[in-house]
Amino acid sequence: MAIRERLSGNEAVAFAIKQVNPDVMPAFPITPSTEIPQYVANYIANGEIDTEFIPVESEHSAMSATIGASAAGARAITATSSCGMALMWEELYVAASNRLPIVLALVNRALSGPININADHSDSMGARDTGWIQIYAESNQEVYDNFIQAFPIAEDKRVHLPVMICQDGFITSHGVENILLVEDDKVKSFVGEYEPEHYLLNPEEKMAIGPYAVSNYYMETKRAQRQAMIQAREVILETAARFEEMTGRKYGFFEAYCMEDAEYAVVIIGSAAGTCKAAIDEIRSTTGAKVGLIKIRVFRPFPEEEIAEALSGVKAAAILDRSEMFSATSGPLGAEVRAALYQAHSKVETVNYFYGLGGRDITVSDFKTVYGNLETIAQTHVVTGMYEYIGLRSEQSKED
Amino acid sequence: MKNTVEIRWHGRGGQGAKTAALLLADVAFKTGKYVQGFPEYGPERMGAPITAYNRISNDPITVHSNIYEPDFVVVVDESLLESIDVTKGLNPKGAVIVNSTRSREEIADKLHGYEGAVYTVDAKAISIRALGKNYPNSPMLAATVAVSKVMGKEEFLKEMRTSFHHKFAKKPEVIDGNMMALELAFAQAE
Amino acid sequence: MANEKIYDRINEQSPWQDITEGNKIFEAATSRDFCTGEWRTATPVWDKDKCKQCLLCTPVCPDSSIPVTAGKREEFDYDHCKGCGICAKVCPFGAIGMREGK
Repeated sequence: MAIRERLSGNEAVAFAIKQVNPDVMPAFPITPSTEIPQYVANYIANGEIDTEFIPVESEHSAMSATIGASAAGARAITATSSCGMALMWEELYVAASNRLPIVLALVNRALSGPININADHSDSMGARDTGWIQIYAESNQEVYDNFIQAFPIAEDKRVHLPVMICQDGFITSHGVENILLVEDDKVKSFVGEYEPEHYLLNPEEKMAIGPYAVSNYYMETKRAQRQAMIQAREVILETAARFEEMTGRKYGFFEAYCMEDAEYAVVIIGSAAGTCKAAIDEIRSTTGAKVGLIKIRVFRPFPEEEIAEALSGVKAAAILDRSEMFSATSGPLGAEVRAALYQAHSKVETVNYFYGLGGRDITVSDFKTVYGNLETIAQTHVVTGMYEYIGLRSEQSKED
Repeated sequence: MKNTVEIRWHGRGGQGAKTAALLLADVAFKTGKYVQGFPEYGPERMGAPITAYNRISNDPITVHSNIYEPDFVVVVDESLLESIDVTKGLNPKGAVIVNSTRSREEIADKLHGYEGAVYTVDAKAISIRALGKNYPNSPMLAATVAVSKVMGKEEFLKEMRTSFHHKFAKKPEVIDGNMMALELAFAQAE
Repeated sequence: MANEKIYDRINEQSPWQDITEGNKIFEAATSRDFCTGEWRTATPVWDKDKCKQCLLCTPVCPDSSIPVTAGKREEFDYDHCKGCGICAKVCPFGAIGMREGK
């Protein structure tokens, strides 16, 4: 029987860490992820787990030490947010290219500047090209479930890539919600003992890691790394199937909510998807408009064909981005979903919205407006621009 | 949707409004509800106005936004009435509960024309009488439960006693005082 | 194969499928097989008569090409010496001269 609890997102991740009992956790505190290493340090001090906690002097060192521990053969994890992730930048690439199965608990927070501590996806979206698998959560339940699944995905021989488990800063990290926890022994057997095939501290095997690669090797190496990301697709789905067997909770690359007959769809990542669901329930029970939602769970690898297929029946789709990428055209999710639709020769009208930057709230009524706009776009086939804003103060009424 | 009771807390950093919201989530959870308890996210500074929220429902809650049209508003620090429109968006069929020594009528005058019910609780006096110190959040929590009726009195007191036994395992002498604070406030708000 | 070297399996003709995961190298001291002595345009010459075995030359060699056995330096490792001349510069006794060419 699952354990019925109420926890914040940070508590849920820390609890998952306790259940997994990883070998090493180097970490440096940063809002809003600070509580995670704090809780873990408590577990260690209380003798509940024997994880080696390394207090480091920066996030660059945190990721460096995590890489070192992982290369040595340890199951190694860390946690960070925002500028902390930015300081890890070069090491994120090193972790991925060295094919180390590190798990990172990322609590999404806007990057400076202006300095801001609230939720948006600029930290992880900026790191989308580093070679990490990225899995996002709507709720505390999902971040807990995703965190447990991260280990079998990262450590699978077909993958051997680091995994970033993302949740929205404060919104889920500090909000207390109901959650169903999995029993300790089940979690332990689900993630299994970590037994790396090759590791630096193995006295039986000579090994060097992270060598210089001249132009004659670099490109082939990157192609091989891409193969791991391709193979991660099947491993992510297999792991989700195994998790469903254990808990009854179903996961995939994304969740399709009310999409069977949907004519108007929102594509979104993270906690705001829950708010969107409430809007959908309300709209369907009042006006009856056929509205639905694609909530992206796995952003890396990007489920391009599956998304295009899921949107193939809709008249118009709104793609909502919680971070800028300053292409002056679209946001990262907008660009990738549109590319997916183009590849699929889709005729779906799309509009890309920016919302929630730096923690700007998004409400049920905002989503109702978005669906209203989609109905208009489907009728008129006029999209006013490459992108729009939700909740932006502006002199131009069209952006209001 | 209106299966869900939405509560907004106004307080000042350090007064325990966030803790009270989390305690309410806790006790409602224990009576079998689906709950959310969360602060208005921002840097926490002693004395600065803060907002915290609760959603309590018989069904799973997916909404992750702040609460703009609450059913109940709790004001832990009366001085906030001067600077904040605490009843903004408040359901006229709901109520506002203010920590104050003043009468309901006096407080109602300060509420920008809010037409719903107004309750006052002298949380400071209750806390000092029961605990010897001014901890307004426990009395305000009890008053909130009494007014919002998100759970029954007996159920509430029973669960609170259990959590005090946990929380004050090393100081059992303060449990009775805390329970007394809850009961006095409950009675005053009823 | 007992004497198989890593570059017999992975080299500049290898397709990406043959690259080891994360470029990991499962052999020790592979740099020994890389004969940097081929790059040399000037060659250090050791004058054993002038040499006092002070060993100042050994630690300054960037390529570990001055082997030491039982506290005494031996002949240069010309397979790896790149001819940089630092040893000649550091020798207080003029016991190392530089000759043009290999």
